[in-house]
Amino acid sequence: MSVALQTESLVKRYGALLVTDKVSLDIHPGELHAVIGPNGAGKTTLINQLSGELAPDQGIIRFDGEDVTAVPIHQRASRGLLRSYQITSVFEDFTVQENATLAALGARESATSLWKPMLNNRRACKAAEEALAVTGMVQRAAVPAGELGYGERRQLELAMAPAAQPMFLLLNEPMAGMSTQESAGVIELLKGLKRRYTILLVEHDMDAVFALADRISVLVYGRVIFTGTPAEIRDHPEVRAVYLGEESL
Amino acid sequence: MKNANALRPSTLVPLLVFAGLAAVPLVATAMDQPFYIAFFGRIVIYAIAASALNLALGYGGLVSFGHALFLGLGGYAVAMPSFMNIGDGWIHLVLCLVASGVTALITGLISLRTSGIAFIMITLAFAQMGYFLFVSLKNFGGDDGIPVTFTSRFGPVDLGSPMTVYVVSLVVLMLTTWWLARLRVSPFGMTLRGAQQNARRINAIGLNALRYQLAAYVLSGMLCAVAGMLLANLNAYVSPSTLSWTVSGELIVMVVLGGIGSVFAPLLGALVFLGLEELLKAFTEHWMAIFGPLIVLMALAGKRGIVGLLQRLDQPPPAAARGVESVHVKGEAG
Amino acid sequence: MSGTLLLAQTLNGLQYGVLLFLLAAGLTLVFGIMSFVNLAHGSLYMMGAYSAAVAREATGSFAIAVLAAAGVALVLGMVLELAVVSRLYRRDHLDHVLATFGLVLFFNELVRMVWGPQPYFVQVPELLSGTVDLFGFTYPSYRFAIIAAGLLVAGGSYLLIHKTRVGMLIRAGAQNPQMVGALGVNIRLLNALLFGLGAMLAGLAGAVAGPILSVQSGMGEPVLITTLVVIVIGGIGSVSGAFYAALIVGLVDTLGRAFLPMMLRQVAERPIADAAGPALASMSVYFLMAIVLAFRPQGLFPIKQG
Repeated sequence: MSVALQTESLVKRYGALLVTDKVSLDIHPGELHAVIGPNGAGKTTLINQLSGELAPDQGIIRFDGEDVTAVPIHQRASRGLLRSYQITSVFEDFTVQENATLAALGARESATSLWKPMLNNRRACKAAEEALAVTGMVQRAAVPAGELGYGERRQLELAMAPAAQPMFLLLNEPMAGMSTQESAGVIELLKGLKRRYTILLVEHDMDAVFALADRISVLVYGRVIFTGTPAEIRDHPEVRAVYLGEESL
Repeated sequence: MKNANALRPSTLVPLLVFAGLAAVPLVATAMDQPFYIAFFGRIVIYAIAASALNLALGYGGLVSFGHALFLGLGGYAVAMPSFMNIGDGWIHLVLCLVASGVTALITGLISLRTSGIAFIMITLAFAQMGYFLFVSLKNFGGDDGIPVTFTSRFGPVDLGSPMTVYVVSLVVLMLTTWWLARLRVSPFGMTLRGAQQNARRINAIGLNALRYQLAAYVLSGMLCAVAGMLLANLNAYVSPSTLSWTVSGELIVMVVLGGIGSVFAPLLGALVFLGLEELLKAFTEHWMAIFGPLIVLMALAGKRGIVGLLQRLDQPPPAAARGVESVHVKGEAG
Repeated sequence: MSGTLLLAQTLNGLQYGVLLFLLAAGLTLVFGIMSFVNLAHGSLYMMGAYSAAVAREATGSFAIAVLAAAGVALVLGMVLELAVVSRLYRRDHLDHVLATFGLVLFFNELVRMVWGPQPYFVQVPELLSGTVDLFGFTYPSYRFAIIAAGLLVAGGSYLLIHKTRVGMLIRAGAQNPQMVGALGVNIRLLNALLFGLGAMLAGLAGAVAGPILSVQSGMGEPVLITTLVVIVIGGIGSVSGAFYAALIVGLVDTLGRAFLPMMLRQVAERPIADAAGPALASMSVYFLMAIVLAFRPQGLFPIKQG
């Protein structure tokens, strides 16, 4: 199941600083839409507004046709809008399996049972196992998240999103800090997830972006300067200018 | 209680303690020492109160410095009807649960708007309010408190008899411990413990962290009030001193001493705390001068508590011990 | 309700407020800079009161008593900081609560051991035992002196914090503790000094309060709790916030206790008013704190975070 996400003239200011400058995005259902831009362009702020952790000053966010601008994060998550974090944010004291199962449970149900063990929930456990299998974390299922290595923590971080069987994934730099080998693994993973849900991917790793994205938006100083296919992006003069000396396209 | 090996010290010792507590009525009767019933009864009841606090503090990371409020509410839920010649246990119980539930809901809603130091302060302040309220009720004894002449009667069961209230309390403690053990790995418990570790993530996966914390706080308050009700029957007396901030502090010490967040912590913590108190009292009337520094040392030493110690006996080092979690206090960086 | 009574109670409220400020200033800085929850602050106040009482009895001089209190509290504060408090900065607030709770129990028992459980009676110094004429009515000189002295201390701390180098370090530390350490300032010494200074102010408050409040075991805790309310209302870490909040709390509490029962009697039946009046009066400052926290959790005069 995949849905669309649109924003209309989204604005966010921190004092005098305009961090999000009339951003209008139109993410099509089922596509993998990448957002790229130099450091400080406001990518994380944008994601925080889309997930619901930050309220925009102006503008509208539409998810699956509905205006969710005022909807709090946990409700957006239960409607299927899930995110992953650039700085790994998991439950350190829980095992990998517990992390994934909780993520799978939270998205669809409320956790009101005071008696039955969480791990008895077949649906959640199955969804979690699938997500762990896809991210290659099954052998580490019984390990507390706090004891994982950095790369494995990023994998767990990534596994928690599909465990929730979302409709839309907001991925914030999933490959941050990964080795080339680990990144290749994530690219394969994302290729597999691609058709199942709509994905908004923020990334610096250009190989990944060009291998995965259906369309790319370029964010500079809070403004979207261009949206297009990878080929169009490659040839766009302004984009080349922004990236000249930073990355080779 | 995740693995099935019941012979591990960390499971065996608490079970032995329970067995010992179950034997107390027999031993006390045989030796004709009713004092034991009162002494261990107090331990059992405080273990229930500490269990309630463990739910909010250990599982939820909510540092409530005002749980004495609920203990007092439970006590007065017995004392006030008793004063009006009402001894019906069900009335006491309903009053106890409603008063504590509503109070916990309102104070919880306000307190949970804050975190960190402010949360500790405001829970303390609410308990103080309760203290002053009951002190001002001159009709109900005020500062001096009131005796409970009409103890809680549930049909043929009269909690006024020390033996009866002891047995009932022990059963309540056992059921509570069992429930909290299951709660710990239930969806609710996992969400609550998750919120303590990373509230932001709980929200991000679709669960309203605040709502679960409030629910835990209310459950915690109501359970603590039940302990207060039992205490009022055991002592046949209630006074505002039950609501004093030192009582709140002592409950926290019991939970931490036992091994915060673990299932048997309240039982072991209450046992050692009250047992040590009694022991020191035998030596000197100034036992507080020793007890105080011991608490300081305990704080300096770290928080794994007695359960942590037992777990280290379970497995030889350097294997990591699990089950007693590091505590992430609400509102602070883990 | 006479104007004189209102005026007298207002001055009493200011006097209480000024005492609260002496306690709140040190406490809020320790909270704000070291993020340390110090429940033993009331014990320092108590030790100041006892030191002053003992010194007074030995020398007959109030001035020496006050100096003794300040000295004892300063030293005690620094010793506690170096021995216990500094080991707990990296821990969470629960550990702070536990450790200082243990200290409170210890100090309360200590004074009971040495001086017994009954209150230690301290007389108002002769020089200030009279009254002053204010706006046509008489007010106790001692209380008036407290107000004056307290305002002086407030003014002095303002100068210290805003006009000196040490003060600048303190303000920087309140905004961004890690940065100050990173800048190479001997943060350990600064912390010990800061804690000691706060303790000294608390001890001074104890010395000054001795003649009008009772000096006994456990005297610190009720005052401490009110001080915590002051800090939360004022904004943690903010000394100016502590000042305004202390005056507000002092006035609300004093005027509430003086006039709420009376006012209640106008609108409610006597037995209800007599019961509810004192209760509401003692709860008034907590209601105030709850309201502030409900609408402005960061306090009324918070410092801007760096």
